[in-house]
Amino acid sequence: MADLKLTEVAKSYGSVDVLKHINLDIARGELIVFVGPSGCGKSTLLRMIAGLEKITGGELQIDGRVVNNVPPAQRGIAMVFQSYALYPHMTVRDNMAFALKIAKKSKDEIEAAISKAARILQLEPYLDRLPKALSGGQRQRVAIGRSIVRDPKVYLFDEPLSNLDAALRVATRIEIAQLKEAMPDSTMIYVTHDQVEAMTLASRIVVLAGGGISQVGTPLDLYERPENEFVAQFIGSPAMNLLPGRITGTGRQTAIAMSNGGTALSDYPSTDADMGAEVKVGVRPEDFRAADEGGAHIFAGRVDITEALGEVTLLYFETGESTDTEKGDAAVIAKLGGTHSNLRGHEVRLTAEPGKVHVFRDGKSLLYRDGKLTAPEAIPAE
Amino acid sequence: MDNIAGHKSGLSWVTNISVVVLVVLWLIPTVGLFVSSFRERDQISVSGWWQAPFSVELTYRTRGDGEVRPVDGGYVMEGNIFDTGEVRSSFEGGASTVSAFGDRGVAPAEYPAGTVAEIGDGETLQVNADGTYIYTSVEEPGNRGPRVYFEAETPPQFTLDNYRNVLTADGMDRAFINTLTVTIPATVIPILIAAFAAYALAWMDFPGRGLLIALVVGLLVVPLQLALVPMLNLHQRLGIGQSFLGIWLAHTGFGLPLAVYLLRNYMVGLPRDIIESAKVDGATDFQLFVKIILPLSFPALAAFAIFQFLWTWNDLLVAKVFLPSDDASKVMTVKIADDLLGSRGGDWGILATAAFVSIAVPLVVFFTMQRFLVRGLLAGSVK
Ligand SMILES: Nc1ncnc2c1ncn2[C@@H]1O[C@H](COP(=O)(O)OP(=O)(O)O)[C@@H](O)[C@H]1O
Ligand SMILES: [Mg+2]
Repeated sequence: MADLKLTEVAKSYGSVDVLKHINLDIARGELIVFVGPSGCGKSTLLRMIAGLEKITGGELQIDGRVVNNVPPAQRGIAMVFQSYALYPHMTVRDNMAFALKIAKKSKDEIEAAISKAARILQLEPYLDRLPKALSGGQRQRVAIGRSIVRDPKVYLFDEPLSNLDAALRVATRIEIAQLKEAMPDSTMIYVTHDQVEAMTLASRIVVLAGGGISQVGTPLDLYERPENEFVAQFIGSPAMNLLPGRITGTGRQTAIAMSNGGTALSDYPSTDADMGAEVKVGVRPEDFRAADEGGAHIFAGRVDITEALGEVTLLYFETGESTDTEKGDAAVIAKLGGTHSNLRGHEVRLTAEPGKVHVFRDGKSLLYRDGKLTAPEAIPAE
Repeated sequence: MDNIAGHKSGLSWVTNISVVVLVVLWLIPTVGLFVSSFRERDQISVSGWWQAPFSVELTYRTRGDGEVRPVDGGYVMEGNIFDTGEVRSSFEGGASTVSAFGDRGVAPAEYPAGTVAEIGDGETLQVNADGTYIYTSVEEPGNRGPRVYFEAETPPQFTLDNYRNVLTADGMDRAFINTLTVTIPATVIPILIAAFAAYALAWMDFPGRGLLIALVVGLLVVPLQLALVPMLNLHQRLGIGQSFLGIWLAHTGFGLPLAVYLLRNYMVGLPRDIIESAKVDGATDFQLFVKIILPLSFPALAAFAIFQFLWTWNDLLVAKVFLPSDDASKVMTVKIADDLLGSRGGDWGILATAAFVSIAVPLVVFFTMQRFLVRGLLAGSVK
């Protein structure tokens, strides 16, 4: 139940900068998800907020108080570790009571807090068991229960689901969402490398990459208006196609001549300075549709493989003459509704609505200038 | 697939057999000591412990003590040699067989059983295999009967006398208590100190930590003999002198490097998340140590406790140097080395018993502590 403010927060191990220029405002009651590829510093940032890792630059405020040098216990945070980190020699009850006993709470208070948490998490039958007699999902719930009983201002989760199997992961994800709903005032920060978790849980997502924040926004913001190529490809599965082209028309809309012959029209605005610039055109597989007979296409190619998933079909295209394997523009993928297995080996021309065509110049979206949306109204709210 | 399985079971057979062979090899001396500690001194000197269940041929010395009857031309004494006063106690288990006899100590088996031996002065002596003897004399014998030596099969005999001797007669009880007085504090003190030190070296951040760890590792390889004289000197100067306090300090000092090293390495291996979780939960370093680290370090603590206990229990050198040499402060090892080996070097029964008594306590300690040497203490904590 607090707000957090990170100002120019940085972390370095010796001469290695792991994180720098982290600026972030988190409002009370938000569920913020840090997402990013493995090793990008998500855990490090979370541990700095927890106080387990020294902040080597900048300032961290919780509830308006600078807490850079405040020990973890006095920051009003609770943390759920990726590994659960239960105390193996204590029963579930004692695990949950540990922090309260240290805080010298009365027996009744402790008992009340434990039974409330146990009820929320359906742990009542297991209170007297040792962690080793619990399943993975139950252990995870104990770990969560251990933070609930402390009634912290900020909950910190570090990849809490990554040790669970797929089915349990979905179930626990939903439980966490329900938990958040039951505690609308508590602030939660959740770290994951799984974009589905991020998209489903977050009120806002913070995409971390290359030691900094790549973009902050609601899940749909990131999906519909990615700020740069990294976010564009990181969010969404299969990843967004990025195709090279050159700007041929500027203004409220942008026209692009594709390197492989097609043309694209995007609702992204551009200025005269952009005229003739080399850009990448981004189209999500699900936004592609077959081009009209005689109409323009963004991409044309021979279908290499088809994957029929029932309601949709994935088409993988031969990349043609440009076997440019650097920069991962390997196969172009389109996701079309219905079954299209018969397209295999055929030439297909694809296009997309101007509102679904993203344009990136030097890796950054034309929609943003200096981190701000240039023309929010440019994207029609369909 | 088949031959892989076969190969594996072949290998496990080899392992099993080697383990059995090792265990047997290891146990032989212990069993030997154990058996010997119950045997009588005479029996030990003529046959090995593995022959303990069998009769042995022993030589006895006795004196005829039957009633003397006058007969034509002299006197006769008859009786059973096994019933004579001097050896009666050795044959309570039943009669035996005499194989030979004699009348002089230098030739105790001069005559085969059954022969009539002329033993001078007109005296004859005949001892039969079943033990009956006939002694004749021309002149009236004095009130002491004839000296008789004989060799007889003796049934195996087991006795607790050795234990009685070792535990009471020789002040061994005192030595036993002294040993406990040395070993218990000498085990507990280093564990207490080392556990704290190990926690600090493993989980607390302070400048010079790496250097301290290196120092501890360095100390591991310093032979303790190097420190004997300087430390004794120091103790004298501090006024501790040769005393129990002195030996506790000495054992503590000698045990600490290994203890710190062992425990630190164990504690460093505890999952970081558990410790950080406790920190987030508000535990101070001391609470963390007492409530989390200590309970999870039982295996390492027990391992070191066993190690240190055995070493202080068996120690002779440090005890000789740091304890006064008067009888009242002798520990068992010193007692065995000085008194038993010195004055009764040939008394194998006593030695075996003393050795066995000094093994017994470490065995008890080992078997009580080994239940702490468990695997899976961390199960369920982190995945
Ligand atoms: N103690 C450390 N010393 C040096 N580098 C570290 C240390 N801890 C983490 N790092 C580096 O910091 C980066 C971020 O790590 P982490 O926050 O764990 O990434 P993730 O996003 O996967 O959680 C990694 O590249 C890692 O190598
Ligand atoms: Mg991580």
